[in-house]
Amino acid sequence: MGVLRRNLTAYGFLCAALFCFAVFAWYPMIREFILSFQETNLIDPPTWVGLDNFEYAVKYPGFTEAWIATLQFTFLALVCGFVVPFVVALVLNELRHARAYLRFVVYLPVMLPPIVAVLLFRWFFDPGPGLFNQILGLVNLPGLAWLDSPHTALISLVIVSTWMNMGSATLIYLAALQNIPPELYEAAELDGAGILKRIRHVTIPQTKLILLLMLMLQIVATMQVFIEPYMLTGGGPAGSTVTVAYMMFQFAFTNQNYGVAGALGMMLMIVLLVFAAFQLRLTREDKA
Amino acid sequence: MTIHSGQFRTIISPLQLNSPWGRRIYWTVLVTVVITFTLAFVFPLYWMITGAMKTGEEIAQMPPTLFPADPTLDAYAEAWSLFDLGTLLGNTAYYSLGGWIFCMLVDVSAAYALSKLRPMFGTVILGAMLATLMIPAMVVLIPLYVTVVDLGLLNNPWGLWFPAAANGFNVFLLKRFFDSIPKELVEAAQIDGAGPVRVLWSVILPISRPILGVVSIFTIVTSFKDFTWPLLVMTDSDKMTLSVGLSQTAGMVSQNAIMGGLVVASIPTIIVFFIFQRHIMAGLTAGSIKG
Repeated sequence: MGVLRRNLTAYGFLCAALFCFAVFAWYPMIREFILSFQETNLIDPPTWVGLDNFEYAVKYPGFTEAWIATLQFTFLALVCGFVVPFVVALVLNELRHARAYLRFVVYLPVMLPPIVAVLLFRWFFDPGPGLFNQILGLVNLPGLAWLDSPHTALISLVIVSTWMNMGSATLIYLAALQNIPPELYEAAELDGAGILKRIRHVTIPQTKLILLLMLMLQIVATMQVFIEPYMLTGGGPAGSTVTVAYMMFQFAFTNQNYGVAGALGMMLMIVLLVFAAFQLRLTREDKA
Repeated sequence: MTIHSGQFRTIISPLQLNSPWGRRIYWTVLVTVVITFTLAFVFPLYWMITGAMKTGEEIAQMPPTLFPADPTLDAYAEAWSLFDLGTLLGNTAYYSLGGWIFCMLVDVSAAYALSKLRPMFGTVILGAMLATLMIPAMVVLIPLYVTVVDLGLLNNPWGLWFPAAANGFNVFLLKRFFDSIPKELVEAAQIDGAGPVRVLWSVILPISRPILGVVSIFTIVTSFKDFTWPLLVMTDSDKMTLSVGLSQTAGMVSQNAIMGGLVVASIPTIIVFFIFQRHIMAGLTAGSIKG
């Protein structure tokens, strides 16, 4: 086949994908950039406003609080969503029975549509007949206000988020743990290392890369949290659960202010790209 | 009873595991973990299913009943008509399956071209496709929405299908698999006079069943579960997806009917999970560790 013909055929096969990517992936990336310097409500023709959108977003009351809430959520979600799956995977890997059942069960919530998890937990969080306060009542503890109090709303969102997402991280860690060569543990044991030392000097170094990678991935994923505040708290109470992604959504679809939403998106993207770049470097080191 | 380690050697050695204390601790931990997991991950689903079998008074009762006193399927029937679940399920199935077919057509041919036909700028194109994975989904949401509005694709299934097909991860997974297919197979077929379409259809695709299966399952499940994008694009009540429909009507329905709706929404993905469990778990680790 001639070079020209091979290229023509290849681009024939590629054209549908090139169209989809160009219009629905690459162009929106550029559009995001343009949008953040424009004022537009999608009805009137857009006008260029320079950095006004950024200024407006930064000065908007609740801007700092939204970043703090996002960081708090990310931090709490990492404490639960990063540490818990690893510990769970460590324990699961030691068990010789019920392995298939435990793996199945921990991944079950991941398969549910998020709306199911969210609406189910909204009922559990109900301060009256909700499951959680009823359980607390059984052991004679006072009930909590859960989503209705600024002190517990964010952690409630983290609970839902962890419940519905931890399955995939757990299974990924489990696979990584099973790839650790048994000789390393045997050698460590011969050298007299106890269980904790084996974890510290064999398990963690051997899984360090996947741990760092998952950490980055989870930071990027949790900083974009949207469905939980949107469905469970609507940003409340007292704005305690307004995250940056939620605020962006509100600017765009409640206020029809797509420019400011675009500016917020740019800021979020810059923060996330820093993490993504870090992640890319880790992946490169992996291949080297 | 001896605890067999099988082929695994983990942190705790078989010897320690089988010491008298080792065994006691092992069984205690095992039972605790099984109970905790069942309570944490299965019990909420039990509560959802039985919640929908309780009457309006029973579900609001304090303290709640562990078993429905008088199990009834009324709430399911109520949910079916209040949420218009038939329409929602039909819509969601149509969007997921249509999106799957379109996505496979687009991504398989792109991966085939990049892997076997190797055009000029192929690596640049692949790089640009993978670069889209770096951009957080929430950030592209608004400009993508603006683009879809400009093209007049609101309340049109193509508004879901086009963006779904622009999936760099699918192209990457498929291309990586196609790369592993020996050149000789393709060349032999070409000598027999097979054109590029024939090679793809009769040589590449039959060998690629495993990866096609994994990509298909993930594409269908992802689109079935998706919430935010269909919330923006499919806004007409007769065109909504199941997730969006449930979220919009949930405020106006009684608690047991909501649970009925949630059970119905969970059934399809749970069935998929039961059937394709191995593929899903294999795909999860293959994609994330090596990708």
